[in-house]
Amino acid sequence: MRSIMSILSVFSILLSALLSSYAMSRDGIQVVGSSTVYPFSTVVAERYGRSSGNLTPTIESTGSGGGMKLFCSGVGVNHPDITNSSRRMKKSEFERCIENGVEEIIEVQIGYDGIVIANALKAAALNISRKDLFLALAEMVPTEKERELIENPYTSWKEVNSDLPDLEIEVFGPPPTSGTRDAFAELGLEGGCKTFDWIAKLKKSDKNEYKRICHTIREDGHYIEAGENDNLIVQKLNANPDALGIFGFSFLDQNADKVKASKIESIDPTFDSIADKSYSISRPLYFYVKKAHIGVVPGIEGFLREFTSERAWGEDGYLADKGMIPLPEEERFLAAKNTRDLIPMTGKEALQ
Amino acid sequence: MSKDNRKKIRESLAKRNRSERHFQWFGKLGVILGLAAVVLLFVDIISKGSGAFRATYIQLEIEYDPDAIGVLDVNDTEELIFANWQNFAKKSLRDLFPEVTKRGEKRKLNNLVSEGAGFDFRDQLTQSPNLWGTKETLWILADDDIDTYYKSWLDDDPFSARLTSEQIKWIDQLHSKGLIALKFNTKFFERGDSREPEQAGIKGALIGSFFTLVLTLLMSFPMGVTAAIYLEEFAPKNKWTDLIEVNINNLAAVPSIIFGLLGLAIFINFFGIPRSIPVLGAIVLALMTLPTIIITSRAAIKSVPPSIREAALGVGASKFQTTLHHVLPLSLPGMLTGAIIGMARALGETAPLLMIGMVAFIVDIPGGFTDPATVLPVQIFLWIDSPERAFVEKTSAAIIILLSFLMVMNFIAVYLRKRLERRW
Repeated sequence: MRSIMSILSVFSILLSALLSSYAMSRDGIQVVGSSTVYPFSTVVAERYGRSSGNLTPTIESTGSGGGMKLFCSGVGVNHPDITNSSRRMKKSEFERCIENGVEEIIEVQIGYDGIVIANALKAAALNISRKDLFLALAEMVPTEKERELIENPYTSWKEVNSDLPDLEIEVFGPPPTSGTRDAFAELGLEGGCKTFDWIAKLKKSDKNEYKRICHTIREDGHYIEAGENDNLIVQKLNANPDALGIFGFSFLDQNADKVKASKIESIDPTFDSIADKSYSISRPLYFYVKKAHIGVVPGIEGFLREFTSERAWGEDGYLADKGMIPLPEEERFLAAKNTRDLIPMTGKEALQ
Repeated sequence: MSKDNRKKIRESLAKRNRSERHFQWFGKLGVILGLAAVVLLFVDIISKGSGAFRATYIQLEIEYDPDAIGVLDVNDTEELIFANWQNFAKKSLRDLFPEVTKRGEKRKLNNLVSEGAGFDFRDQLTQSPNLWGTKETLWILADDDIDTYYKSWLDDDPFSARLTSEQIKWIDQLHSKGLIALKFNTKFFERGDSREPEQAGIKGALIGSFFTLVLTLLMSFPMGVTAAIYLEEFAPKNKWTDLIEVNINNLAAVPSIIFGLLGLAIFINFFGIPRSIPVLGAIVLALMTLPTIIITSRAAIKSVPPSIREAALGVGASKFQTTLHHVLPLSLPGMLTGAIIGMARALGETAPLLMIGMVAFIVDIPGGFTDPATVLPVQIFLWIDSPERAFVEKTSAAIIILLSFLMVMNFIAVYLRKRLERRW
């Protein structure tokens, strides 16, 4: 028995020595975060890897929230260098970062992404307002009476708005874990929710109640969670011309022969309408860099330079080809300069 | 009395025959349904995926003129890094269509060939610098949108939404001159993942799967077999070993994602192993397959007749010698089959790898057990989620490769069993 114990202990010492020697250094950049930024981040990583001759960064798609959690868990080679996000860093996340010693964070906004409400090509074209979306998809909707909420009674688009066709409300969309769902709730539903005065006033007096009313999506089968896979939603729309689907603009771009987007408040989601913000359901995309890792993990500065170069994120850059909507020129130049000078967040930004 | 009975038996005969027929029908129905599902799966995947093994190429005459890519001195490595290699292809395309002059149109024209072509020129010229100044006629890989369009056009169902009318016209002209063609897609087997569908290959995932599985086998098989032998031949039968047996059976049924969580909590957070590397994946998968191997190995040891053991012990062998020289060799075929089935399961897993960072975009082909890597099912998962249309066929092609891998492994299992099995 003694000999077995000693063999085991020698074995475990060897194992941990072996493992800790791996942990000492890392040659490649590690990126985590949003699945929406993933298709853009990967293109940059690949180009950077091929043209610089450095190792290509590894990129994991963990979702914005999951990425922040990993990113803010500490400084050192066991923690990722960069996290992508399809929304701005939250105040709570920033504080968590500081708590864990991640003090200097460089924030880079890279562009915009539009969220589209689409249906099959052969189905009727729709013109929906954010108010219609809210009334059709929220769990509780207001009635004629002031301050009264009832469980969503609407089953057809015509009941929501008499200008819309008499189609059953059937919407395929992302599950709660998805950043697209958060953004849709915030930009689409909340936008419609705010049009009711008494709810808009609630924002100041009872923020939690306001959020609960505006962001909660109905669960009685009219909104169907279709998983994180946007391609699946496109396929389902094709099979069912009466249904609508919610997904990112880049999928619309690639599947223009199968689905078409509905107008939101009479505006079509196009490259230009999302860039000039006239299309209302669009959101900014970001990534965050740990300044402490620059110089420790080789290649981060080069990767940043590639990402913020005109050939990548410019009007005619390759990210635009992939469906990302670039920032306006002035903002872009400023962001590129700040990134080059490695200016970290001050903590005074208007974080939510 | 007896007459009555015989009558009863005769009368019930039809009913009994009928129930037997029904049973057979149900059995046949089950077999047919199973086969139909397999056939449907294969037809669907092969019809979707076969396109990925061929890619569209455009024939261009390339002149390796240093001026064209803005290089003054071809021996200056610094200058070569920043050279615009893609210009070789651009210039050749412009020579082919001299009527294109507007800037926007030129851009569209340049988009006919893959962005990766420039890197291929660079590699080519770095390898053999004596090509500078010469001319070569080459088949250059086309862009994925062109590839999707050309394939769908050949099938008389053109998908043109991603192209402009000029681009379609140019492709028509190229086609009539015989300068555009489908060729075997060697890139698919030579390259790692890429965000440009035409550049994406399966090799990175194949090598990653190979490294991970080799380590998994090395870790789980010896440990599993030793544990099985100990439990079956040496361990006393009491309530402790009963408890262990129940727990091993439970462990075999634990959902695989739990092992991923374990890997995250213990190996990443406690031992500090880096994310995304095959060593880590193998540790997690080895833990997952260990119970399967122990259970099948124990079954194999149980099937060795006691007479063999008694004979060995009778001629004076020790318990250890009996086990090592007689029981182990005789039960090895069963153990190997179990191990291969466990490996086949490990080959198809993505869930445990999700937690430990192996579900990631990794371009570089892993060169060892500690390089970041991904595996075949993960590659399928990543491609099916990509917006680009051309990834649909890549996904199916990757599934074909994964399935052929699994089939080869199962054939090996059957072969080993047939070859080594002993009957008593």
